[in-house]
Amino acid sequence: MAYDASNEAAAGSLMTIKILVAGGFGAGKTTLVGSVSEILPLRTEETLTERSEMVDSLYGVEQKSTTTVAMDFGRITIRKDLVVYLFGTPGQQRFWFIWDDLSYGALGAVVMADERRLADCFPSVDYFEAKSLPFVVAVNCFEGMRHHSLESITQALNLAPDVPVIACDARRRDSSRDVLVALAEHAIARHQGRRAA
Amino acid sequence: MTAVQPSDREWLDEDAGPIVRPYALTGGLTRPSGQRFDLLDMVGVIRGPAEDTLHLAPEQAEVLERCQIPAPLVDLAAGMNLPVGVIRILVSDLRERGLVTIHRAQPAGVGDLKILQEVADGLRRI
Repeated sequence: MAYDASNEAAAGSLMTIKILVAGGFGAGKTTLVGSVSEILPLRTEETLTERSEMVDSLYGVEQKSTTTVAMDFGRITIRKDLVVYLFGTPGQQRFWFIWDDLSYGALGAVVMADERRLADCFPSVDYFEAKSLPFVVAVNCFEGMRHHSLESITQALNLAPDVPVIACDARRRDSSRDVLVALAEHAIARHQGRRAA
Repeated sequence: MTAVQPSDREWLDEDAGPIVRPYALTGGLTRPSGQRFDLLDMVGVIRGPAEDTLHLAPEQAEVLERCQIPAPLVDLAAGMNLPVGVIRILVSDLRERGLVTIHRAQPAGVGDLKILQEVADGLRRI
């Protein structure tokens, strides 16, 4: 079998950065990935079966008839050999086996929050805290709806004071971009804090 | 048996998913062989002595075409519009035939301040 050294070099020169997008059912993960990705997001959605309907509460998201059971995937090229990959993953605890794979070596995570169902974020927040992975909470404001101040969300989710909580409209590219920038800046701050400590 | 009625067509749109079931693309294989690989692992063609590629499925031939420059597994899935699970099987089969290699993805530089800064700046520009 011939061995191709040039291929090896090419494979080694592409740097890939992973960012996870987590959160409850219907919180806007698919929308956020779709609004910033340069490729059509890869998406596996399946209709809820009777069994999972009992598990996934539909309160507040009656309009949504399917749930993402696998993941959304998007790509942002920073430069030719530095590419950010976004992985939207379901938030429920029973999907944590996917996260273990995805979170390895990840830059950080965005936890999408729906104000009407804040408790849906708890599993995601718990997970990233336990993994010490930098994360931000993005409050997806559907139709500009805002019921709580961002401070009260920090309290409700019992977040460390340095965890950024950002209001966003996941349908808008600039708004989703700001969330990702905030995450990168938070990761930098954490990195610097750790070095200073 | 009757022919497909025009009214059936509305069922065969994009939302309905592919008409060809995934296992038909994998020669009936339902799980990948060998060592498991990550979504970001890079798949690259091994340029060996002219290999008999006539027996490959068209999708596998396309994988080889797309991996002339090594590509992450997940990019193949996106580019070919096939589920990641199907690509995993096609690629692991190609690996067994000695036609591709898989390079483990390096979790790049998330401990490297310079890279993080570059990512932050890059994201600001999109």
